[in-house]
Amino acid sequence: MTTLLTDTLIVMPAFNEEESVAAVVAEVFSKLPGVSVLVVDDGSTDETASQAQIAGATVIRLPFNLGVGGAMRAGFKYALAHDFRNVVQVDSDGQHDPTGVTQLLEELRTCDLVLGARFAGQGDYTVRGPRRWAMVVLARIVSSLANTRLSDTTSGFRATGPRAVRLFAEHYPAEYLGDTIESLVIAARAGCTIRQIPVAMRPRAGGIPSHNPLKSAAYLGRAGMALLIALMRPRVPLTSGASPS
Amino acid sequence: MSTASYVFGIVAAVIALLLVIEMLRRRRLRERHAVWWILAGVLALIIGVFPQLVSWAATAVGIEVPINLVFFVSLTLLVFVCVQHSAELTDLESKTRLLAEHIAFQSNRIDVLERRLSSHSSEVDSD
Repeated sequence: MTTLLTDTLIVMPAFNEEESVAAVVAEVFSKLPGVSVLVVDDGSTDETASQAQIAGATVIRLPFNLGVGGAMRAGFKYALAHDFRNVVQVDSDGQHDPTGVTQLLEELRTCDLVLGARFAGQGDYTVRGPRRWAMVVLARIVSSLANTRLSDTTSGFRATGPRAVRLFAEHYPAEYLGDTIESLVIAARAGCTIRQIPVAMRPRAGGIPSHNPLKSAAYLGRAGMALLIALMRPRVPLTSGASPS
Repeated sequence: MSTASYVFGIVAAVIALLLVIEMLRRRRLRERHAVWWILAGVLALIIGVFPQLVSWAATAVGIEVPINLVFFVSLTLLVFVCVQHSAELTDLESKTRLLAEHIAFQSNRIDVLERRLSSHSSEVDSD
């Protein structure tokens, strides 16, 4: 287990999270001894980078905001360059409980990509109305592509194994919604095995998810478009090559 | 309208749409730039298949010569795309400037470090 953790890089995309990032990094270090933490400061204008550094994380600063997709892509490239086998994405706002990382990594032994899902029984995270329906429809389509039952395709709490890290370092989409939906489509079509396990989510530190029907409709439209385009695009092959260990 | 011009309208719209979709597929075009062109292509296709829609819409908004509605809509769309491109260009310019500054600062830091390192090693040598 410890070897699994030392081979793992926790990547936290952070944009103006100076209030929460230090606490989240500290919690990750205390609950997951031996793990490495990379905070990708996505063009923050506050003290995010220095707070993360004080907490003990490695920090890379992007000169301007690239979005979660762009930040994660930088994280995957860093992991590849520094010989980490696994990458786990954890939000810097504290909504992901670091104890869930152990479960994700345990599951990752037998597949390429593990999602920590919000609707799979644990936790008290609820989304209602059209946004919920949109998420259900998206989950159905991506599930059939990935040949497994996925209920929460937009979860940002996910663990990536060596094959998928190599794939994502090169092909992680930076488009809006690409980091969640299109990345799953790319991985599934490249032949990665994807699985989901239930994890508890905490309520977000700030901000309430909106239930504005117009915004939900726009979200559904953009998500549908992202999915359609992802499906039209040519497949990306998995690069062969021995795992770094 | 002759059958030839009817078919020509549809074929032109289909070619335009296919071109945009293929460029999107090959990642030569990003989604948010493609949206306007897809909109234009779909409009052209609808009008190509049902040309009577133009005269109906022109009467509805009080335009006497239907073709003027077509010109108006196409020009509006083109203006929107141009404005979007200007905005993107401004954005890109400021990002390039930011990158240039970053590189300049980095090479300055490396210079300082190298100088410090070489003076340090010469001190060690003279000891």
